[in-house]
Amino acid sequence: MSDFTTQELMAIFAMQGFAGLSFFSVLLLMALGLAIIYGQMRVINMAHGEFMVIGAYATYLFSTFVSAQMPWMMDYYLILAIPFAFLVAFIVGWVVEFVLIRHLYHRPLDTLLATWGLALIMQQAFRSGFGAREVSVRLPDWLQGSYRPTMMIDIPINGLAIMGLTLVVTLGIAWLLFRSRWGLRVRCATANREMAGAVGINTRGVDRLTFALGCGIAGIAGAAFTTISSTGPTSGSLYIVDTFLVVVFGGAGSLLGTVASAFTIAQGQSVLDFFIGGSMGKVITLLIVVAILMIRPQGLFASKVRR
Amino acid sequence: MSLRSSERYRSSEQDRLFKRLRRTLVSSLIAAPVALSLSFSTTAQANSEWPTAEVNTTGLAVTDDTVKVGILHSLSGTMAISETGSVEAETLAIEQINEMGGVLGRQIEIILEDGASDWPTFADRSRKLLRQDNVAAVFGAWTSASRKAILPVFERENGMLFYPTFYEGLEQSPNVVYTGQEATQQILAGIDWAWNEKGARSFYLIGSDYIWPRTSMKIARIHIEDVLGGEVVGEDYYALGHTSFGSAINRIRLRRPDMIFHAVVGGSNVAWHRQLNAAGINGESQNVLAISVTEDEVLGIGGENVEGFYSAMKYFQSLDNENNQAFVQAFKERWGEDSVIGDVTQAAYLGPWIWKEAVERAGSFDIDKIREHLPGIEITTAPEGYVKVHPNHHLWSYTRIGKWNGDGQAEVVWESPEMIEPNPFPEGYQ
Amino acid sequence: MNAKLDFLDGRNGLVSLLVLAALILIVFPLAMGVDQLNLTGRFLSFSFVAVGLVLCWGYGGILSLGQGIFFGIGGYCMAMFLKLEASTPEATAIQTTPGIPDFMDWNRLTELPWFWVPFHSLTFTLLAILVLPAAFAYLMGIAMFKRRVSGVYFAIITQALVVILTILLVAQQGFTGGANGITDLRTLKGWSINTDEALVTLYFITAVLLLAVIVLGKWLLHTKFGRILIAMRDREDRVRFSGYDVANFKAFAFCIAATFSAIGGAMFTLQEGFMSPSLIGIIPSIEFVIFAAVGGRLSLIGAVYGALAIGFLRIAFAEAYPQLWLFLMGTVFIVVVLFLPMAWPGSTRNMRLGRAAC
Repeated sequence: MSDFTTQELMAIFAMQGFAGLSFFSVLLLMALGLAIIYGQMRVINMAHGEFMVIGAYATYLFSTFVSAQMPWMMDYYLILAIPFAFLVAFIVGWVVEFVLIRHLYHRPLDTLLATWGLALIMQQAFRSGFGAREVSVRLPDWLQGSYRPTMMIDIPINGLAIMGLTLVVTLGIAWLLFRSRWGLRVRCATANREMAGAVGINTRGVDRLTFALGCGIAGIAGAAFTTISSTGPTSGSLYIVDTFLVVVFGGAGSLLGTVASAFTIAQGQSVLDFFIGGSMGKVITLLIVVAILMIRPQGLFASKVRR
Repeated sequence: MSLRSSERYRSSEQDRLFKRLRRTLVSSLIAAPVALSLSFSTTAQANSEWPTAEVNTTGLAVTDDTVKVGILHSLSGTMAISETGSVEAETLAIEQINEMGGVLGRQIEIILEDGASDWPTFADRSRKLLRQDNVAAVFGAWTSASRKAILPVFERENGMLFYPTFYEGLEQSPNVVYTGQEATQQILAGIDWAWNEKGARSFYLIGSDYIWPRTSMKIARIHIEDVLGGEVVGEDYYALGHTSFGSAINRIRLRRPDMIFHAVVGGSNVAWHRQLNAAGINGESQNVLAISVTEDEVLGIGGENVEGFYSAMKYFQSLDNENNQAFVQAFKERWGEDSVIGDVTQAAYLGPWIWKEAVERAGSFDIDKIREHLPGIEITTAPEGYVKVHPNHHLWSYTRIGKWNGDGQAEVVWESPEMIEPNPFPEGYQ
Repeated sequence: MNAKLDFLDGRNGLVSLLVLAALILIVFPLAMGVDQLNLTGRFLSFSFVAVGLVLCWGYGGILSLGQGIFFGIGGYCMAMFLKLEASTPEATAIQTTPGIPDFMDWNRLTELPWFWVPFHSLTFTLLAILVLPAAFAYLMGIAMFKRRVSGVYFAIITQALVVILTILLVAQQGFTGGANGITDLRTLKGWSINTDEALVTLYFITAVLLLAVIVLGKWLLHTKFGRILIAMRDREDRVRFSGYDVANFKAFAFCIAATFSAIGGAMFTLQEGFMSPSLIGIIPSIEFVIFAAVGGRLSLIGAVYGALAIGFLRIAFAEAYPQLWLFLMGTVFIVVVLFLPMAWPGSTRNMRLGRAAC
């Protein structure tokens, strides 16, 4: 590698940093919805991946509709598809909470199994509805290709777009949690559910809204994911373990923890990937995360709440 | 090629597939007596010429006018989409053989079994086909793992399996005929082409993480380094379904290979090709040669994402010869105008024809007698042109390089000058 | 009733055990052909895992989504022994290095890796099947239970470990056989394991071992350990305040479940003739849990019926309506969890046990 100039090495270094950041945004976007639900209700939603797939299929349908009915909008449909994906996943989440989840509070392990069953049903529903073949949306031209700040650096534009989206969603959640009435109620209920109920907060209502919101954010993640890869009935199951680990590693109920944890895992895996290759890089990252969790089960940022 | 997580490729969804397959079975059952009455004289003659007691001494499911064969593929589960093309091709071949009067005057009946993308189920179903149904031949299996799971069953029960997928080699069984290419046929020719025609001296190897890509890349590396004296500047594997190739692409930039040689499959393919394009790596700026991308895959990846890249295969749908034109037309008439035909689908189509030829040469359905007559069988009507069975139960075949254009078809830009001898245990490559 | 057999839960317990024994030792072998019996034998080997889960999840409250790890350890240990026996220098003469398993030769290994060497010995293999999973489970368990890791954490971490193990098995194919697994296993100490007689014999060995494991489980539950386990599940703090080392008891329950799973894995390999990563991944690991849940979570015998019921249903559906199978399976998960949180109604003994501990 002696024939590389320092400049070239720096360029690759910069692009590698960006690859890590890009993976970080994807991971964070996928984990955010789960983190909200887990933080508030201590429920792990095993169907989280399937809610992402709902968002992805919603985006796919939306793009098919736009290209058939309003081709002039093809360049900008994604901007509208994202709220649409959110809405669809939000509504499904709301219904699921009402039908299933609310019967299972205080039994977190059972929720785990029930949501797994839900995931199976959703997968088969996707297969029956959209076919087993993976579908992909056509990217508008402005999302393809790369941005070149210098001659040697290529930064994929869809990566930049996802980064921006992740930033907006994260800030939005932070605002909701720490500035809105709903956030106040959520924080009350998390801190002390009985007291929150006693002062007149409808904790059940808060739960339902939280669950639906978490699912809606998964839908946004799914919409964003269509710009990276294709969507199939079982696409959701590919990322669940990584997503769970991000949430658990971050520490329950801490937004900052989730961000930090997604950042650590993504950068770690990305760097290991660069130096020792894909499969083993992933194994070593996961092993380190699990080892740290065994030693420090509260995760990176533990929230100090009464259980 | 074997993969687990690819939920795609063929045009139809599962339900439609099932209806179509069921219709096929029903129609072949109904067609059988009709064909019989029409060809009554030939049947009568056939049976005096080939009495059942003589053509079947081992208790196979052969009657005076029918013979049963099995088709064993995943009709459900994650592999169904990949294996559908093979089921369709095998069914088409059998229907065509039946129209021509069958095998030894007997109409072929299909017993269709579902391996359900689960390896123990494949083993159970093949046991059922061989022990209960006593089928005369089985056309099936797709992934390496499913073939490995059923191989002991076929050897113990002495069945005959026709396996369509291009695969990693390192296997040779008296009970299997491999109608796809083994690794060296595909890889050595492909790399020689890159070396000679493209002047590639340094290669970057990348694949999905399972047995076929790993074994293929091992052979590729030995060939590049030890035989040609070139350089392998990187070798990478990613779990099936992986979608972040940023680090891999940066490493490729760092190593600046003349040729990216890849075996990425399934859901990863879209992400891999899109990210290559986004990184400015496209057909104009970089040579990319795939051994895992057929017309089936391109349907999922999108033609625009592979434009200008190359694949090394023995068959492309665009192949320009009379056999292939007839085959493509028949396939589309039977299974729909929007069907695409990849390498494996064509190889699956060969299976029933080779079996028919072997049975007729042997004058018997008995597995041991067929086996004696398998080597040397030639199929001059093969869509890929012409094939010949080698004593090691693999096929002699040409290897072609196709260059993908934007609409999902490849243009054949190179063809090996001679047929390549199959060599499943290549000396020096193990 | 003999007082020594009291741990079988009185007359009712004895009767249900005998019914199960009659079913799997007499009825099935009489009613089924060899292939079906072999299939049933493999369902029975899954039920070892489910029985273990009844102990550690139903009674101990520890939900592991990673039992595939232990099933896999057992299965792979047995497969390694059988593979070595199949890889004699004569049988592998065409290889570059004769005498090592074929997949190693393809991956350019020139000698047997050190951790394969002891698996030439059947005694070592059998010991490994019993000890390795227990040791691994103890290490995992004690590290986490000492820190009072909650149920959901534990479930997620065990699931992550399953993922790690399967990626590792695939990535290290020179040592493990990769995605195809370890295949083409033929003989055990010269005795062919593929013949009809062998399959029937292996079925009976599996059935008898399973009954033995259930009796052992029942006995364990009847001891002080069992009572503490139940007490822990319901009021962990009180048990801790009473001076018991909760972490150790939990880890022990987890070890027992792990060993049971490994026995099941070993019997699976013997009956199937191969072992591969797809048999021990995330999905099989969760299915083991549903077997236990369908069986009523607190019933060791029920776990066997759970495994058999799901297994037979799957076969029936796979032939008739494969598209509907996932809908049904998903519904089973939800219904079992919603309406069958603890034991089938009527199995009063279990209910009493559960309540007595509160």
